[in-house]
Amino acid sequence: MTSKISRRNFLKLGGGGIAATGASLATGAGLLAPGRAEAETGRATLPYTPKRVGLAKRLKTGRPETFTFPDEASPCALLKTGQPVPGGVGPERDIVAYSTLCTHMGCPISYDAEARTFKCPCHFSIFDPEMGGQMVDGQATENLPRIILEYDDRHGTITAVAVEGLIYGRQSNIL
Amino acid sequence: MSTFKDRIPLPPVTAQKTNMACHFCIVGCGYHVYKWPASQEGGRAPDQNALGLDFRRPLAAMQAILTPAMVNTIRDRDGHEYRIMIVPDKACVVNQGLSSTRGGQMASVMYNGAGPSANRLTEPRVFTGDDWVSTDWDQALALYGGLTKRLLDEHGPDQIFCNLFDHGGAGGGFENTWGTGKLMFSAIGTQMVRIHNRPAYNSECHASRDMGIGELNNSYEDAELADVILTVGANAYETQTNYFLAHWVPNLQGATVDKKQKRFPGETVGQGRVIVVDPRRSLTISVLEHVAGKENVLHLDINPGTDTALFNGLLSYVVQQGWHDKAFIAKHTRGFADALKANQMGLKECSRITGVPVARIQQAAQWAYRPKASGHRPRTMHGYEKGIIWGNDNYRIQSALVDLVLATHNVGRRGTGVVRMGGHQEGYVRPPYPGPRPAPFIDEEIIRGNGKMLTVWACNAFQSTLNAEAYREAVYRRSNVVKEAMARARGATTQELLDVAYDAVENRGGLFVTVIDLYPTKFASAAHLLLPATHPGEMDLTSMNGERRMRLSERFMDPPGTARPDCLIAADIANTIKALYQKEGNKEMAGRFSGFDWKREEDAFNDGFRQAHKKKIDSQGGPTGHLATYARLRAMGTNGVQLPVKAYQDGRLVGTEMLYTDGKFSTDDGKARFLPAPWNGLPATVERERKRYHFWVNNGRTNHIWQTAYHDKYIPFRRDRYPMSPMEMNPADAKRLGVEAGDIVELYNDFGSTFAMAYPEPDIKPGQVFMMFGYDNGVVGDAVTDWTDRNVVPYYKGTWADIRKVGDMSDYKRTVSFKRRRFI
Repeated sequence: MTSKISRRNFLKLGGGGIAATGASLATGAGLLAPGRAEAETGRATLPYTPKRVGLAKRLKTGRPETFTFPDEASPCALLKTGQPVPGGVGPERDIVAYSTLCTHMGCPISYDAEARTFKCPCHFSIFDPEMGGQMVDGQATENLPRIILEYDDRHGTITAVAVEGLIYGRQSNIL
Repeated sequence: MSTFKDRIPLPPVTAQKTNMACHFCIVGCGYHVYKWPASQEGGRAPDQNALGLDFRRPLAAMQAILTPAMVNTIRDRDGHEYRIMIVPDKACVVNQGLSSTRGGQMASVMYNGAGPSANRLTEPRVFTGDDWVSTDWDQALALYGGLTKRLLDEHGPDQIFCNLFDHGGAGGGFENTWGTGKLMFSAIGTQMVRIHNRPAYNSECHASRDMGIGELNNSYEDAELADVILTVGANAYETQTNYFLAHWVPNLQGATVDKKQKRFPGETVGQGRVIVVDPRRSLTISVLEHVAGKENVLHLDINPGTDTALFNGLLSYVVQQGWHDKAFIAKHTRGFADALKANQMGLKECSRITGVPVARIQQAAQWAYRPKASGHRPRTMHGYEKGIIWGNDNYRIQSALVDLVLATHNVGRRGTGVVRMGGHQEGYVRPPYPGPRPAPFIDEEIIRGNGKMLTVWACNAFQSTLNAEAYREAVYRRSNVVKEAMARARGATTQELLDVAYDAVENRGGLFVTVIDLYPTKFASAAHLLLPATHPGEMDLTSMNGERRMRLSERFMDPPGTARPDCLIAADIANTIKALYQKEGNKEMAGRFSGFDWKREEDAFNDGFRQAHKKKIDSQGGPTGHLATYARLRAMGTNGVQLPVKAYQDGRLVGTEMLYTDGKFSTDDGKARFLPAPWNGLPATVERERKRYHFWVNNGRTNHIWQTAYHDKYIPFRRDRYPMSPMEMNPADAKRLGVEAGDIVELYNDFGSTFAMAYPEPDIKPGQVFMMFGYDNGVVGDAVTDWTDRNVVPYYKGTWADIRKVGDMSDYKRTVSFKRRRFI
């Protein structure tokens, strides 16, 4: 990305935390305090802002709760599967979260409690939340973006800290 | 870049943009390729990126498809790094902006020296000592050309065998079928050639063609116009995905009623309905019921191999009801009375054989063939695929189906057609095959010890043939004779190595094997010489899809290493042999190997596809192929032109949407032929297995792995999903055998055995299983019988076997989802 483009985007978006991208800041350093630029270029991951998304004890098995991450335009689901699963957190290692936009064309997916899968009504893709979001069948080329969670066992809180995989409709998960 | 894969580079407005038809299945979705220097990136504003999309906020659902699998970084021979992005084209009438899970990954499979593509063959390799070593093209061609010439001189062409692609897309295309065909048929002159997925040089549609009907006779738009789609032994959601999603689904949801009213004024029209003939409740059926409503989907779940009986029962019933088109039959066909007599079957008998209740057979006949309220004959499109062409007696089943279609005039009218759903894209242009029909059963000849030299060109019978275990055993045994001889020839010059190889094949029963491919395939393990080939994007390539739509996929990057397009490899071989004959003053043979002075793919295209009006050439472009030039095709973009080309007018190629609209069929007198096709049960070999073993082994493809397996074994997204061929089985059968999801099971019968990954699925009937076909880890062909029809087309779908649990694969249970694949 060229510095001109970066500056323009950055200014248009108002410069808030979610507007800044690592890529744009790398070359737009003239606009920024040196410390900030260094912080953004000195990392290999996007600067996600951690967000508390739930309490483990309040989750009910097989009944997903919705939240947004990393911004308000990105709907996600927090799910307690009832059995330990890959990437699961919490006391039973059974709590996972995913973007609920199909990675194929961005249609909202919904949870089928009987099949224990997420399904997309547009082109019939099916994803398994108990297997890292693996596409069971369908037309996406990516599994479901997984929201990386951290569990605080002192308070039982669940915090979203990053996203593995590109959320539909974005050049970058952080706008 | 983060390992989270949570961002992608955008093409700048200056990015190069070229056309691409998908490499993989018959549908041939249109894509655009963007390429730009890796040091540049487009911006998020719509005027700052070549896509013209606004990434400053999230795109709306269905607005575009853009995923990490659609971008890659490559390095050209100029040493510069480039980014590429391959995205579906909304303006392409085929896919209308949709991508399937397979086409959507095209950028990922392009060579970049790392990741999946690192496994590509980048230079010729020769077996020497006890290992493979890289060598240059000069030595490789000297070995190949020298041995070919020597065998030709000593034995004539019949000891020179070839397993040869014949299709379009990757590993095919008009340039490559011509180059290889001219080499094998005109220059070498051998008839000992088999086609990529079957053991002889035959057609999978001999019957339809003999009846005067080419198998790709309608347009994808006809699926939008049909009253009824009758699909037989096909699984369109998984294997013709965007044809299904963009053309079938709108009709079945009633979205094309207006279009039908405009096209067919005064005719009763409505939401389309669908009849599915398939012993298995496939994924397609579950999706169809979802989109069309169960009341508009009729599943005829026939007993395995009884299609002929079903079609004969329907034909007899339709004629009894007077729903056949007497005027059409009288004017445009021959042989109706004889076929009707031969195929006669009452409904009760039909029901007894097929297992389908009489009422459902009648309902199918009423939907598909009873005149509509307006008095017009229904427009019923018949789409068939492997259930028929690899079914119980290819020629007979297809005859029975086309008899029914002809009697009801469901060909040559818009909204109808009797068509293959298809596998690869097509792209056939070759000199006439020099052998007889039926053609020699090449696999059997190899097993018998015949053939001294075998070239395996962009295909892999080790994974995809019938009776595969016996075939592999014979190839390995005979290949090892040559390998052992070559291993002893330390320090040999190329000429001495050639002498050693010749002695091994001439005097010791050996078989010299050359594999020409993108990757060192399973077959390559038996080879003595490997030659690296290219695929679309690394070469200019033309193909046509299932509605005969021809496009030029443009070269946008350099091939890896010294890899060459197949047509130019064929030319290199021909020119090598020509020089050998010239050196010894043999003008006649030098003449046979001449005419390969090609520098580019376009030269091969101009020499074959564009000469069918002048020379005896079998071409899917026909005599008007010369109107299609590279420049004209490039200008026609991803929509291309539907063959045959009618004209070049006002800067555009004008094509043919539907064949036989004038009632003139592809026979000498223009009249279509009925062919008698009486039901005659299962072949004796298959019946024997059925009586001896407990499970019918149905087999086919999956949505993830379809015309892509050669890449997929290296791609984590797919390999993690199917580390081994999955085998769907009824949960009660699994329980009885002590088998759980993810267990490894063995499937065995009199012909061989193979392993699979158990995948319980309630929609599979007890006593039946469904195993993925053509995969490298678990080859179902090992247990497929050696029976073929009169034209040596196998009955891949017809084998029975027993199953036992081998073990418990904890890794599969930990990493593979065994949730239901059906959209219930």
